[in-house]
Amino acid sequence: MKIAVCVKAVPDTEANIKVSGDQSNIDLNGIKFVTSPFDEFAIEEAIALKEKQGGETTVISLGGGECTDVLRDSLARGIDTAIHVNDPDLVNLDPLTAAKVLAKVIKEGGFDLVLCGQQGVGGDNSQLPSILAELLDMPQATLVVKLEIADGKFKAEREIEGAHEIVEGSLPAVISAQKGLNEPRYPSIKGVMAARKKTIDVKNLDALGLKGSVGQDTRRAVIKKMMMPPERAQGKMIEGDADTQAKTLISLLKTEARVL
Amino acid sequence: MANGTLVFIEQRDGHIKKASLETLCQAKKLNNAGPVSAVIVGEKAKELAAQVQKYAPEKIYVLEGGEYSNYSTEAYTDALEKAIKTAEPKFVFAAHTAMAKDLIPRIAARFDAACISDVMEFQAENGCLNPVRPMYSGKCYGMYDIKSAVGFITIRPNVFAVDAPQEAHQAPVEELKAEAKTPRAKVTEIHKSEGQKLELGEASIIVSGGRGIKGPENWNILQELCDAMGGALGASRAVVDAGWIDHQFQVGQTGKTVSPQLYIACGISGAIQHLAGMSSSKIIVAINKDKDAPIFKYANYGVVGDMFEILPKVTAEVKKMKEGQ
Ligand SMILES: Cc1cc2nc3c(=O)[nH]c(=O)nc-3n(C[C@H](O)[C@H](O)[C@H](O)COP(=O)(O)OP(=O)(O)OC[C@H]3O[C@@H](n4cnc5c(N)ncnc54)[C@H](O)[C@@H]3O)c2cc1C
Ligand SMILES: Nc1ncnc2c1ncn2[C@@H]1O[C@H](COP(=O)(O)O)[C@@H](O)[C@H]1O
Repeated sequence: MKIAVCVKAVPDTEANIKVSGDQSNIDLNGIKFVTSPFDEFAIEEAIALKEKQGGETTVISLGGGECTDVLRDSLARGIDTAIHVNDPDLVNLDPLTAAKVLAKVIKEGGFDLVLCGQQGVGGDNSQLPSILAELLDMPQATLVVKLEIADGKFKAEREIEGAHEIVEGSLPAVISAQKGLNEPRYPSIKGVMAARKKTIDVKNLDALGLKGSVGQDTRRAVIKKMMMPPERAQGKMIEGDADTQAKTLISLLKTEARVL
Repeated sequence: MANGTLVFIEQRDGHIKKASLETLCQAKKLNNAGPVSAVIVGEKAKELAAQVQKYAPEKIYVLEGGEYSNYSTEAYTDALEKAIKTAEPKFVFAAHTAMAKDLIPRIAARFDAACISDVMEFQAENGCLNPVRPMYSGKCYGMYDIKSAVGFITIRPNVFAVDAPQEAHQAPVEELKAEAKTPRAKVTEIHKSEGQKLELGEASIIVSGGRGIKGPENWNILQELCDAMGGALGASRAVVDAGWIDHQFQVGQTGKTVSPQLYIACGISGAIQHLAGMSSSKIIVAINKDKDAPIFKYANYGVVGDMFEILPKVTAEVKKMKEGQ
């Protein structure tokens, strides 16, 4: 079985995010990039499936130089090969455009299973896996917390509001990972050493035969400007003993905040 | 010519999602959204049209049949494709739920169209809708431009209000049929979760507990406050990772993003990843024994003290207030 994992390099969740001066993006100065946390579940699932059933695992990341460390980290955890799609025309993409490029890479690779995170932390779109499934004409299951693969079929448990939904379907398919799917492993020293010796296959739009047909102009959702959230008003500390605090709190919530 | 807005009304088990009604009512308030119609997909979609009528869409499209008895990505995508080709809207709106996260990007891709998720605000002007959505889990916001003939937008639950129902409204109902295809994936079982009575994303009051609760045996002190207030229980990741509660309760960057009217954080320090999930709440209350806990910087009301002492008293006050009403 050939498994593809799409991973996104995103600002560390600890990062202090500020909007850049021209409001076109966030200020990238001093930002450390990491594997999007949900993608770690996708990577782990791929490695665990390979360990159980054999096969071949590939990580694919679309983006700039920030992807290199993230791809190396995947290799160090035990992924076999890595593809980095990097092109000056592929910056600030919408999920649709990113998916068009990734779909091309996946088609060329002939994968049986495509694993993604359920959300790229930061952009917070939660879109790419479903778009990918449509472009590749594959069935899908998103927000998956449990996955079984056997005999060319998948059985996935999705997290929905107040319930879990079991989805069964045929491969090839796109699956997006939700927290709970597994416990991601950390790279071992041996893994890190081995990953250093591997080469990352870097492709640009030309190499993918997409030059001119996908890029900035094919974006459908474009960020006009970015803004900082409105400042929250300075809060009130409620003093007194526990009885007074409880009474004051409820009275303020009722008469001042009007939320009770 | 593309015109107006089509709102996808989500139903499960014949129950319409409140968030879909919020979406419908909000669409009607946007000058630039044009006439607003609704589409319902379901096994008994026609029956549900009567409930949607009260929120006064211009027209209701229904797609009904056994193939929609459970949610199915492929069948629902085909159904929406049919509705969109018939209604030719400029915008398609849906509530940002687990179903919408699965479905809306897929149907948007079929139309090679913009998809903008989890919108919380519109700054409409000059014919543009200018949807605004939180990014970096609310650490900043992005305003979007739509560069396709039809634009898909999902709206965060609990942000917009449902209007008073208009009992007499009668919009025309049109039944549509999508071409029958056999989906390659389908839902074979649904397991209802135990415990949570109210869905976090839809709750207008959330009482959340963090490591300060000390152990899973103490949830009852939070649950009692929840019950008294009619709220839902939430949690920090620390207690989810400790196995004290299921992940579906987790609020934050790798949990749920919520925007209730009232969020009460009990024994939660206020880590940036937790704030990410709840900082857009209207009113935040923090109860923490450490006066320097970062959460107090974000709280509208801060209470320094031992939650084990304070919470039962707060619960008693709420009960007293409710009895007095
Ligand atoms: C990639 C990543 C993603 C993450 N995602 C999330 C997420 O989605 N959601 C999330 O919540 N966290 C997330 N975290 C974890 C986050 O960084 C914090 O570790 C976590 O939020 C801490 O939880 P806590 O506030 O319950 O615990 P602590 O930080 O340990 O705080 C406990 C608090 O309880 C108070 N306390 C103790 N006893 C009492 C008492 N008797 N009465 C009152 N107060 C008391 C203490 O003063 C303290 O402030 C993430 C971290 C990473 C790296
Ligand atoms: N630039 C990218 N390169 C590779 N995979 C991506 C990229 N962007 C998104 N993905 C994948 O799609 C998932 C959902 O991302 P998003 O739709 O951006 O929230 C991520 O968790 C990744 O698995």
